[in-house]
Amino acid sequence: MIRVENLTRTFGQLTAVNDITFQVEVGEIFAFLGPNGAGKTTTIKMLTTLLRPTSGRILLDGFDPWVKQREARQRFGIVFQDPSLDGEQTAYENMELHGILYHVPRRVRGERIEALLRQFELWERRNDTVKTFSGGMKRRLEIARGFLHTPKILFLDEPTLGLDPQSRNQLWNHVKTLNAAEKTTVFLTTHYMDEADRVAHRIAIMDHGKIVAIGTSAELKERTQTDSLEGAFLALTGTSLRDEGASSSDQLRRFAQMWQKR
Amino acid sequence: MGAIYIMWLRELKRYVRSRAQILVSLGQPALYLVALGYGFGPVFAKAGMGKYLEFIAPGVVGMTVLFTSVFSGMAMLWDRQFGFLRETLVAPVPRIQIMLGRTLGGATVAVIQGVLILAVCLIAGFRPHLWVAVPGSFIFVAMIAIVFAALGASIGSVIQDMQGFQFLMNFLVMPIFFLSGALYPLKNLPVWLTWITHGDPLSYGVDGLRGVLVGSWQFSFALDLAILAGLAAVLLAVSARLFSRIQL
Repeated sequence: MIRVENLTRTFGQLTAVNDITFQVEVGEIFAFLGPNGAGKTTTIKMLTTLLRPTSGRILLDGFDPWVKQREARQRFGIVFQDPSLDGEQTAYENMELHGILYHVPRRVRGERIEALLRQFELWERRNDTVKTFSGGMKRRLEIARGFLHTPKILFLDEPTLGLDPQSRNQLWNHVKTLNAAEKTTVFLTTHYMDEADRVAHRIAIMDHGKIVAIGTSAELKERTQTDSLEGAFLALTGTSLRDEGASSSDQLRRFAQMWQKR
Repeated sequence: MGAIYIMWLRELKRYVRSRAQILVSLGQPALYLVALGYGFGPVFAKAGMGKYLEFIAPGVVGMTVLFTSVFSGMAMLWDRQFGFLRETLVAPVPRIQIMLGRTLGGATVAVIQGVLILAVCLIAGFRPHLWVAVPGSFIFVAMIAIVFAALGASIGSVIQDMQGFQFLMNFLVMPIFFLSGALYPLKNLPVWLTWITHGDPLSYGVDGLRGVLVGSWQFSFALDLAILAGLAAVLLAVSARLFSRIQL
């Protein structure tokens, strides 16, 4: 479903993603793990047409996202690391807007929006503006929205960041249910090893722009002679801390959030 | 087509829902109208130029449309910060449709604001030379709105932070307003200033409004309309191009 060959992205002197190759099968839940700055988000941006690769090849369901951009975009859904909802519109309106942008036919749109909002327990709040939602509710709405156009692939970039354990648990249950029911391929990144261990069929560990290991959780543990995925992760990526300087846009975002009091 | 419509509708919903903002954004032009219109009135009359309120009212309408439309385009900065921009960037529709929807939505809002402030002008004592001229002036209101919504959208596609926004407000938008003939006649100015004012797109918009509403032209109906239409086409193309090139 996803084929990546020799994918590379450089920013000036820095090589964020360095010649990576992997495949994700249909219906698989595939987790991408790695320390801060390993190149996970850069990879997701390239896979989702937001960033042009420096070199290498990507195929999503057979389509190169830079040649057949619209076909590729129609086939995936994405939940970003940061929220991407319109806070000024209601939950229902956010879903409706997404449905129109993704060409969900009017006949099925309403039904599907209702089914997803009910499943993610947001139906009662459908007519409230999103800015009044809690962090967990916003995340649920984003994931519900990601499934609206029945994508073949769902990208989840650290979807549980900042959520409480209850919300995280519930969110993964939804994702697993929908993965099973709709055969959606799921590509996710996370910092929480237990989550990857629990939901992912296969795991790739990335460090310094390279994939250092790929396999099932059991295979990774066996390979590193450790008894937990966390142990395997540390064995593969080392224990030194990674600095990720806050970029100017992050700083502005914080400023803007303070300013708008959200 | 659905994409253009839903993005247009989004702009309108945001506008209708921010009632407090509607009043606030009408407050500044209303202040210009009353404070300057009545304040400079006696001086203007003494200089043999007639009623200043008649002169400044079309300028204040132009000002309202300018600010509303430029801000609507620059609101993309907020969408970038709060992430909604990404939702539209990865959608499987040509980005030009997203852009057109946003820009036309912003322009529509600006037209509504322009019409509202025109009503305020009428209440404050402004009288057009012909009543049928009032609907006719909507042509220029719409042209100004499209030109500057597209300009704002071009800027919004490029700038990424507050500093850039502040900079452009002070060094682009305010000069466009002050050098447009909205507040003073463009006749008998120093040569260099005449050149600058003739290079200001809003000069043609304000002239069109004033011509239609009051019957006095600096340029002409045809020239004003031609320049605004040409500029609208160019800026729409530029904004679409810049927007389609956004990477994150």
